[in-house]
Amino acid sequence: MTTLLEARDLVLAYQGKTVLRDVNLTLASGEIVTIVGPNGSGKSSLLRALIGALAPLRGAVTRKPGLRVGYVPQNLVIDPTLPLTVARFLGLPQRIGRSAVRTALQDAGVPDLGGQQMVSLSGGQFQRVLLARALLSDPELLILDEATQSLDQPGAASFYRQIEAVRARTGCAVLMVSHDLHVVMAASDRVLCLNGHICCEGTPEVVASAPEYRALFGTGTQGALALYRHQHQHGPECDHDHVHEAAE
Amino acid sequence: MLDDFLVRAALAGLGVAVAAAPLGCFVVWRRMAYFGDATSHAALLGVALALATDLPLFGGVLLAALGMALLLNRLTGRGLGSDALLGVLAHAALALGLVAVSFLPSVRIDLMSYLVGDILAVSKWDLVVIWTGAAAVLALVGWRWSALLSATLSPDMARASGVDPRREELILTLALAITVAVAIKVVGALLIAALLIIPAAAARPLARAPESMALVAMGIGASSALGGLTVSFVLDTPTGPTIVSLAAGLFALTQTLQAVRS
Repeated sequence: MTTLLEARDLVLAYQGKTVLRDVNLTLASGEIVTIVGPNGSGKSSLLRALIGALAPLRGAVTRKPGLRVGYVPQNLVIDPTLPLTVARFLGLPQRIGRSAVRTALQDAGVPDLGGQQMVSLSGGQFQRVLLARALLSDPELLILDEATQSLDQPGAASFYRQIEAVRARTGCAVLMVSHDLHVVMAASDRVLCLNGHICCEGTPEVVASAPEYRALFGTGTQGALALYRHQHQHGPECDHDHVHEAAE
Repeated sequence: MLDDFLVRAALAGLGVAVAAAPLGCFVVWRRMAYFGDATSHAALLGVALALATDLPLFGGVLLAALGMALLLNRLTGRGLGSDALLGVLAHAALALGLVAVSFLPSVRIDLMSYLVGDILAVSKWDLVVIWTGAAAVLALVGWRWSALLSATLSPDMARASGVDPRREELILTLALAITVAVAIKVVGALLIAALLIIPAAAARPLARAPESMALVAMGIGASSALGGLTVSFVLDTPTGPTIVSLAAGLFALTQTLQAVRS
């Protein structure tokens, strides 16, 4: 397992206010890590610091040299004055050929959207196109910031199934922020619970039973966690250990 | 051929229109219309600066426009809403420019030509400056096109793909300042922003891709420049405002077309 990304003693400020302190984080290839936490707990700031969009106040982020990152933002508002077809959007910033567009959209489960305008897509289609674009660079690390915010529960569940399928196929690591606690907890290898700092972390089971987590989210997600528990589909590239036994 | 003032005027108008159109698309997409306004209103300060220091007009205006754009970049997001901030700076620059120019008695009578342009007085040397500037703007925007588009869509997403959004913003700012500097002779400080925004806005209903919107905007800008020149010659109206009026007419036309179509 190679280390893709490492954050050391990170302190982050947003508009002059410290939002996150003492963050130490290591991401290894192939793992799915989920960040949970209440609003304003510094989740998005952490992701922005990891992709290099937010300079840390103190501490440092080191990336594996030449790390390919696919990023799906929390929400992307496209100004209606900007005409943009799905195919053209996929080719930003690097232009791609027609067949690559077709394959990417097929993989994302939205094969016929290439000629449509981005602003005409439904919420679910839009998220899938964003994911398709993030996957085009063949990322080693996929970062998703509350990517299912605009989706209903079945939509979100199918979106996460797709993320797992992608991980199984490509072996990329996944780092995501989410509010869909039960779904996400079930699909993650490791969970970080943020509230101004990392208040607890570990496997979903460990975090779900941690007093810090329960103080923030209550115990309501425990039952749902068991309900949504399912077998991970392991791809040939996936050679790391999972701690499933605790829940099963 | 270049000895004919009408030919020179036509070439000057074409140069500015062709450079302003693709840049104007970014101004519209990024909702920077006021930003364009403030930058072009600072041009008058640049005129005063140039006349007071014997700097060439182009240099003075370029400096003032760049200074204003960088100041705006620094001040946005610190307290005042950006529309209020732009309103303050745009009109302050215009007022200060008018005051500064009044200190230069020899040019008092020429004020109008800096406010609404004097395209019929374009010299061969002006043409060289205008086309060099226009070529520089087109080259900058063309070279960075995809990166600029990415940064416009989402700075964070651009960053994750290896594009530095702040650098792209700086490139846009530089292109904007150059455009303002070459356009002041053609349409004047009051109407430069119009030449940026109106062709791009008029092109929107006719385009399905960003590239085609830029090309259509170029066409609309160029037709407005040539048509406006002709109309102003026939009707003996001020040329810069006539060019902008024609562009506004084309905007009304494409908006109507869109309304009818849907």
